Amino acid sequence: MFCAITPAFAIDPLPFKDAAQRERFQHLTSQLRCMVCQNESLDASNADLARDLRHQIFEMMQQGKSDEQIKQYLVARYSDFVLYDPPLKASTMALWFAPPALVVVGGIVVFVLLRKRAKPAAQIAMNETGDDW
Amino acid sequence: MSARLIPFAVFALLVVLFGVGIVWNEHHDASYVPSPLIGKPAPAFDLPMLDDASQRVRKHDLLGKPYLINVFASWCFACGDEHPVLMEYADRIGVPLIGYDYKDKPADAKAWLAQHGNPYAQVIADESGATAIDFGVYGAPETFLVDAAGVIRYKHIGPLTPQVIAQELEPAIKAAQDSTR
Repeated sequence: MFCAITPAFAIDPLPFKDAAQRERFQHLTSQLRCMVCQNESLDASNADLARDLRHQIFEMMQQGKSDEQIKQYLVARYSDFVLYDPPLKASTMALWFAPPALVVVGGIVVFVLLRKRAKPAAQIAMNETGDDW
Repeated sequence: MSARLIPFAVFALLVVLFGVGIVWNEHHDASYVPSPLIGKPAPAFDLPMLDDASQRVRKHDLLGKPYLINVFASWCFACGDEHPVLMEYADRIGVPLIGYDYKDKPADAKAWLAQHGNPYAQVIADESGATAIDFGVYGAPETFLVDAAGVIRYKHIGPLTPQVIAQELEPAIKAAQDSTR
């Protein structure tokens, strides 16, 4: 009900100084989650709260706050959940390292299996070449 | 183990993994977000009272004993579900229940309370929702338990139910009261 598909940004223009500032704003808000419509970014959400937070972020940018400071401001209030990229810490180790670890393990398994399969074939091939020579 | 059984073992492992996922999701709300504010001082606030906008309520006015802040709004559908529960329990929970009217027109909120009854000891109005950002509010109703020292001890997102009150809120209130004494 509160969510829509069109980027809300277009219908809620903010007075940016220049294109660079607008781009920075869009880049930042697209990395932040709308808490009301949890599958939307702050950039894309039409939710009332998302609009308020966009204004707040814009305000903080005018005050010269860095992206990092703005993110910390939001994390302090809404938890790490506002960040689409979860930060690297003890509780998120599995999240960050399990997928590459699985790829490595899978790669080793495939490698070993292929070697096993290739060996007899290679021996036969060598024998054949040997015979022919 | 024969190498032929490996695909079957992998398949069985996936079945178990997905099965655990399904069961887990049935018992956990994936959209639930624990508040990072629990155990931290409640944000400072300075808001007008709903009944009399000339009077303001500040955080330090409420220090000294535990209290509940219940974030509601006349436009909030789930608040209507919660309202009868608040009417029933407000006098029984042993701490003042402060209403926090969230992004609402004061006239609408007053009419809503007049129609449904007012369970609150007092109601503060945050028409812009700016202070609610400091509280990490993202969906009414939300309920915060603040202890005598002004620290947030417990938060519930969504309507309070008799079950939530008995199982979570009352023990939290008791703990907050005990630590005050």
